[in-house]
Amino acid sequence: MATAALHAHPPQTSPAPFPFSAIVGQDEMKLALLAASVDPSIGGVLVIGDRGTGKSTGVRALAALLPRMRVVLGCPYHCAPDKVAGLCGACKGGTAKAPKSVLTPVSVVDLPLGATEDRVAGALDLERALSEGVKAFEPGLLARANRGFLYIDEVNLLEDHLVDLLLDVAASGENIVEREGISVRHPARFVLVGSGNPEEGELRPQLLDRFGLAVEVRTPTDIAARVEVVRRRDDFDRDPAAFRARWEAQETALRKQIEAARRRLPEVVAPDAALERAAQLCLKLGTDGLRGELTLIRAARAVAALDGDKRVEDRHLQRVARIALRHRLRRDPLDETGSAPRIERALAETFGS
Amino acid sequence: MKPVAPAAVVAAAGAARADAAAERDAAGDDDAGAIRWSDALSAAALLAVDPQALGGVRLRMGAGALRDAWFAHLRSFLDADTALRRVPASVDEARLVGGIDLAATLRCGRPVAEQGLLAQSDQGVLVVPMAERMRPVTAALMAAVLDEGALRMERDGFSLLAPARLAVIACDEGLAADELPPPALLERLALWLDLGAVQGRAAALAEALVPPPEPEQLRAARACLAGVAVPPQLHEALCRACTALGIDSLRVPLLALRAARAAAALAGAASCGPEHAALATRLVIAPRARQLPAAADPGEEGEEGTQGEQSPPDPAPGEENAARTPDDAAARDDPGISVDDPAALAEIVLEAARAALPADLLAQISRGALRRGAGATPGRTGVQLRSKLRGRPVGVRRGELRGGARLHVLETLRSAAPWQSIRGRAPGAVAMCPQRLEVRREDFRVVRYSQRTQTTVIFVVDASGSAALHRLAEAKGAVELFLADCYVRRDQVALIAFRGRAAELLLPPTRSLARARRCLAGVPGGGGTPIAAGLRMAAGVADAVRRRGDVPLLVLLTDGKANVALDGTGGREQAAADALAMARALRATAIRALLVDFAPRMQVEAQALAREAGARYLALPRADAALVAGAVRSVRAQIR
Repeated sequence: MATAALHAHPPQTSPAPFPFSAIVGQDEMKLALLAASVDPSIGGVLVIGDRGTGKSTGVRALAALLPRMRVVLGCPYHCAPDKVAGLCGACKGGTAKAPKSVLTPVSVVDLPLGATEDRVAGALDLERALSEGVKAFEPGLLARANRGFLYIDEVNLLEDHLVDLLLDVAASGENIVEREGISVRHPARFVLVGSGNPEEGELRPQLLDRFGLAVEVRTPTDIAARVEVVRRRDDFDRDPAAFRARWEAQETALRKQIEAARRRLPEVVAPDAALERAAQLCLKLGTDGLRGELTLIRAARAVAALDGDKRVEDRHLQRVARIALRHRLRRDPLDETGSAPRIERALAETFGS
Repeated sequence: MKPVAPAAVVAAAGAARADAAAERDAAGDDDAGAIRWSDALSAAALLAVDPQALGGVRLRMGAGALRDAWFAHLRSFLDADTALRRVPASVDEARLVGGIDLAATLRCGRPVAEQGLLAQSDQGVLVVPMAERMRPVTAALMAAVLDEGALRMERDGFSLLAPARLAVIACDEGLAADELPPPALLERLALWLDLGAVQGRAAALAEALVPPPEPEQLRAARACLAGVAVPPQLHEALCRACTALGIDSLRVPLLALRAARAAAALAGAASCGPEHAALATRLVIAPRARQLPAAADPGEEGEEGTQGEQSPPDPAPGEENAARTPDDAAARDDPGISVDDPAALAEIVLEAARAALPADLLAQISRGALRRGAGATPGRTGVQLRSKLRGRPVGVRRGELRGGARLHVLETLRSAAPWQSIRGRAPGAVAMCPQRLEVRREDFRVVRYSQRTQTTVIFVVDASGSAALHRLAEAKGAVELFLADCYVRRDQVALIAFRGRAAELLLPPTRSLARARRCLAGVPGGGGTPIAAGLRMAAGVADAVRRRGDVPLLVLLTDGKANVALDGTGGREQAAADALAMARALRATAIRALLVDFAPRMQVEAQALAREAGARYLALPRADAALVAGAVRSVRAQIR
């Protein structure tokens, strides 16, 4: 039996992904991912669609696009050096001086199918326990995803106990590990990105609710767009480096747009009129709770920031209404045609046609 | 072997046939079979040229000498270093992905990882027999590896990204139309072969006429693959063919493109020609067709276009179409045709697809089996296999590490610890390292999991003429209310309808309520009332549900007026007696049941049936949503 050398470090990154700006169409998915990277507090993004629509491509492309972030040197949880709140125990208890920091790529962590709970939440470091007799904590994927993205492909095939764990951590922003004699808590704030195929089974309502934005992807029907998708993908497959180089300018421009939007975000105001519109819209649609309104406003602010605007206008709300509310309509699982026309009607009524 | 082979095969086969007119029909079959076999060998050669880009093969045929022959050919085509490895479809996650190697870990005194099959098969080919039995999770794992060419493992304290560039051959031995390997896997396998109808002598014929490629030729193809040029029109031609055949996924034209490139490399061509595109289309696009292509532009296609349109009503259009391939292909292979005209290339590709459409496509379309969006794995996706791995950990027990039980390391070490001083002194103990911990089998502690049992609600709907015609819509409405309730509780549902002479399982237990609803909407009404048959089938399904560890709940919607006996004959008396007998049998199995009487007035028959079955009786004089919802809730509360 072949055995692999033990290593408990983050795995080497996979080869450079397809450039985000080279994705043909899929505007809704791109908008949702960009909005979530401008304002992580929007909550996660759920990408639902049939096979071969480029769900994973979009999410993986985002990883290469995101601007780098500043983290405390050597901190396994990527703590931000300038924020005292939300630091991990080690960083908090450190010296009074500002800790050394470095710029690193934002982590987009894959939660692969078949992952075990100890690797997701973190667990006793077995090697040190067995060889040195030291009880040390081995951080898991949640630690690695802190301040970044956690991506789950085929989210509807995830085992139930992992879903429970994710729901708990996503709600509290903190991962608490009490197992194998260790007791650790560390920050775990991440943007949950899930993708899945509706035919593989339905998502638990609690998990569905946890995603801020929900995107439905379809393959383009227009033949020219389809040809372009195939052509670009083929070009990329044949020579990824050259293809990426060709798109570097667009990628840089988009990255700058995200950075500018992040800087602008705190200044973007949502006037009362916009809040009222959002409330009207949610009322018409009968969304459960206040989370829908909150997400709607946050997403609209992020989009306004991306557009370079200073205040949230109707057009921003209109752009994000579908992705922010689609999965929050009062549940009628048997009404297949339901959500899209209902949202369109409510939009038309609220914003006038 | 050049990809243009089928033309040559049949030209020669036709000549051989001329003097054997008596065996005409058999020879016709052989022609079609010979073409299929020749294409199948081409597919094997293409896979050998570029296994990772093509993802693999879906091989739809039963096990047997012919399949072995195909694999023998594949083996001879593949590079000598490329390993072919068989993996059972039931392989568990731990074996596939890897994890801790317990034996080595205990031996070495430090955690040692064990590579899973996927990483071990890097640069190799995985062969999955009986792929139709594969679980969706297994398929998703393979799909992720096929997409990335690498395996991510996050298990048992190990985290690694291992190269896993491989191809998968899914042996699809499903008999029923809906018995398919998981679509997530099939989607990523470029080459689809259906060799179920090929006879041995057809294969022999094909091989005699077209010698398989030499290893030298394959080596040359692999070497020149990267340099093969693709004319820009080809992308469009392949996309158009996919659209015409109702294929949505954009992976398909991409895979076809790769296949065309491999075909050109195999032929030693510097660029992809129409014949390579045609072969790729036959192997990649045509078998996935979900609709018949629309009539070609009459000005352009003329004869052939209409022929393609007329042949489907034929009882065996596939045979005829397949037989037609050679002539068309031969015509198309004419070097006089220009590749530069995109429309002409698109037409060549589409024509190749038309000729190779599956024989039963029309039948499948008419049955609605290929309806877009309809679940391709009916009833299976919702069924989760129980294992010792699922659910909530509720403690630790002594146990063997069998059947995927998960070791609780700390408890195991704890139980081993007290014995260390004694074990160290025992004769034969390893004395290399005095501090080493010795763990024995009796120390193993495994984690115990508990899982809440799930309820599967089995709806048995009376769709007969007597009760239903005017009430069926209301019954459907009632079932929808039940479904909404099931949704809230994450129940599985199954749907049985009975009418005419027999009952039919419309939907095996599934969690997809949208599908249940769709299925229900399609239930036709009319005919006799074979209640006994409906009950018998319901009892069978309930038994299967129970065996899986779930709790079945029957909801029977009928007016209780049986008029078809168990054996399918008419006659009220016998029918009623049979129904009551089946109801008593049901009661003996202690399956919880609810009978909804949807006749305009309460029926004594229905009441009697409910009494005999030990079912709760609920009259539904008018489809009153509030009443039904209330009743459902109370029944559920009773059952929980």
